[in-house]
Amino acid sequence: MSKGAYRATAIAAEVAVPVAILLAWQAWTAQANDPKFPRLSTILVEFRELWLFSQFELHVVPSLTRIALGFGIAVIVGVAIGIPLGLSRRGRILAMPHIEWWRAMPPPALLPISIVLLHSIGDRQKVSFIAFFCLFPILLNTIDGVRGIDPALMETARSYGVGRFERIGRIVFPAALPQIFAGMRTSLSLAVIMMVLTEYFSSTSGVGYVLLISKNTFQLAPMWAAIVLIGLLGYLLNLLLVLIERRVLAWHRGWRAAAAQ
Amino acid sequence: MSASGVAPVRDAASGEARTRLADVGARLAPLLAGALSIAAFLALWQVVSKTGMISEQDLPAMTTTFQELWTMMHTRDFWAAFGQTVRGWALGLSIATVLAVPIGIFLGSSQFAGRAFRVPIEFLRPIPSAALIPLLFLTLGTTLQSEVFLAAFGAFWPLLVQTIYGVRDVDPVALDTARSFGIGRFERLYRITLPSAIPYIATGLRISSAVALILAFTAELFMGIPGLGQIMNVAESFGLTTQVYALAVATGFLGLAIYMVFSALERRALRWHPSQRVGAT
Amino acid sequence: MSKGGGQVLEIRNLGKTYGTGERATHAIADVSFAVEDGEFVCVVGPSGCGKTTLLKCVAGLLNPGSGEVLLRGSQVTSPPEEMALVFQEYGRSLMPWSSVWNNVLLPLRHKKLAAKERKQLVEEALAAVGLTRFSHHYPWQLSGGMQQRVAIARALAYQPSILLMDEPFASVDAQTRGDLEDLILQVREEFAVTILFVTHDIDESVYLSDRVVVLTHAPTEVKEIIAVDLPFPRDQISTKELPEFAHLRGHVYRLIKRDQVEPAELALAEPVPESGRRG
Repeated sequence: MSKGAYRATAIAAEVAVPVAILLAWQAWTAQANDPKFPRLSTILVEFRELWLFSQFELHVVPSLTRIALGFGIAVIVGVAIGIPLGLSRRGRILAMPHIEWWRAMPPPALLPISIVLLHSIGDRQKVSFIAFFCLFPILLNTIDGVRGIDPALMETARSYGVGRFERIGRIVFPAALPQIFAGMRTSLSLAVIMMVLTEYFSSTSGVGYVLLISKNTFQLAPMWAAIVLIGLLGYLLNLLLVLIERRVLAWHRGWRAAAAQ
Repeated sequence: MSASGVAPVRDAASGEARTRLADVGARLAPLLAGALSIAAFLALWQVVSKTGMISEQDLPAMTTTFQELWTMMHTRDFWAAFGQTVRGWALGLSIATVLAVPIGIFLGSSQFAGRAFRVPIEFLRPIPSAALIPLLFLTLGTTLQSEVFLAAFGAFWPLLVQTIYGVRDVDPVALDTARSFGIGRFERLYRITLPSAIPYIATGLRISSAVALILAFTAELFMGIPGLGQIMNVAESFGLTTQVYALAVATGFLGLAIYMVFSALERRALRWHPSQRVGAT
Repeated sequence: MSKGGGQVLEIRNLGKTYGTGERATHAIADVSFAVEDGEFVCVVGPSGCGKTTLLKCVAGLLNPGSGEVLLRGSQVTSPPEEMALVFQEYGRSLMPWSSVWNNVLLPLRHKKLAAKERKQLVEEALAAVGLTRFSHHYPWQLSGGMQQRVAIARALAYQPSILLMDEPFASVDAQTRGDLEDLILQVREEFAVTILFVTHDIDESVYLSDRVVVLTHAPTEVKEIIAVDLPFPRDQISTKELPEFAHLRGHVYRLIKRDQVEPAELALAEPVPESGRRG
């Protein structure tokens, strides 16, 4: 097959495969006639009615706010702790047992405790829960990023008398940023999962709450619409982060490409 | 052993003995410091609880919690639940592996297939498996199958992605060399591509093993499927806070054990391969 | 062609050992020499003789195990303000996220200068190395030789009185190396800096310097210090055609060759007695 024909077929396949899957879904659910698996068309209609825009403010906004706050706190704390730990071997020796323990702990095991400790099922508990578990991927990646900095860079800065804080701001932080972004990507998808978990477990608002309620009241179409929305949210948030990363780390791609030659 | 101009000449024997002690000390010191750090945390926990900074009702004392755990570990119910969680985790992870690795190899080695399925994978990947819980309630019900399905679904994606990357990352020069020797497609696959992809697969397993545990526990917690999550849910609804904490600690140890095993496996697999995996935590 | 302004740098009985006990590596045993103000001194030696370690000690990045480095009479314990260091691995010492301009600007940021002064210093430095046109490129967009020029410009903008260079041209191709060698001679002329230049390239050491310090293999000591009487300005073709150049070059080469040790023996911590070592 010629190169052009190959490329054309590949692009066709890229489009055809998702479309085929959707069509198959529609066809299968239509003939199955099972209320638990409504037709794709029904789900889409429900989706539009539900989320655009009646329930948007009521549920989507609180969910997104919790994700944003939890993720934001995780980023700030993760980087703020990660940089000193990356630079200090002693600090790492003291901190690593704790970090390893909490990163290995399955988050849902702490759900009941988080409610008891924080005396709430409101935003305070949810944001804390999300922030706590989103912290670790960012923290670990920040530490790795800092540790991976080329010593030649640091020595150069030292030899020119660049002060400690300036070194951290102008060299350590930019150099570790690619790795920090990798941690952020993991944390963001984690944030979405945690949001669903906390809202599903106990809440009075949010997308996870809608998921729970519609299941309890056997409203299948809204339930599916909620599932689709959650997937969509995860996808869009990740896309947003990737776009930001592409902008901020444009130098990194160029550098890597040049180095690979 | 003279050391001209650097340090006073030292008797070889005592110099050696002193260094060996220093060596041992240097290796023990971090372990000791780590242990002290853990001890400090436990002590802090005890103090915060006992002095009422956080009421003992909300935060049982460290000693009380561990006592409760110890008592629980002498009951059959605890170990039954423990076994159920491990079972759900193991089944879910196994199914995910059996599916993700072959599919990943296929998608990774065939450029065409990889491109064709890229979009569906990108869309399905971010779906939090937790969102499927209500669906599972209504279909498979509160059974082991639900738990295994959930764990498998969640563990599938990271492993798939890592396998694909691993297969794609194989050195093209090695493959071309093999081809020039007339080595057939399948043999190239298992002699060159697979060994090169193993570190990635090991990383994928590390990530997936954690995800599978999280989901198995979640299924038990939310759906009342038998296991540690379920007895935690029951304890919570009866207000048995100490038990809840004790179970959290037990689950933490389970998570830690799994992490340590798969981490060690990953490190072994990486030992002869440069660390250039994508998206590792 | 030194200004004869007296000694500016003195290295006195410098020694550096890594590790302890059985695994000790005596990188440097005892090195002593002095550098006059405005001089260009090259340091050569066989591979593994601790040239980089020596330079880092002089730069204040490493603490000597024994002996001292004196800058105008006072001991160097941390990177002194009037020294600038240029590494061999140019790519690794430049910040890939910043433009050439910002890279050159970095050492100046914390100096108490007006923004206008800083701008002028950066401009002059970039002009001196011929990179004015590339001020707003990223370093990795430039060739290896150009990146090294950025590193040199950065050192120049810093206005040091002493420039330390650690095999700075080892990683570029031979023709670029010739250009860079001439550039550094020009820079020395223009900015009147004292230069301590480490290299393993014997021709380069003779071509550039006023004096050549020849080191032994590890544990390192000074084998001989040779005065280079070749006329200035130097030129890649005519200077290298001079019989004096060939003679000096041969002398240095012989000193190093005689000192060459087999790789297996280098691994031993104990110095291997070898005939002619102190030749």
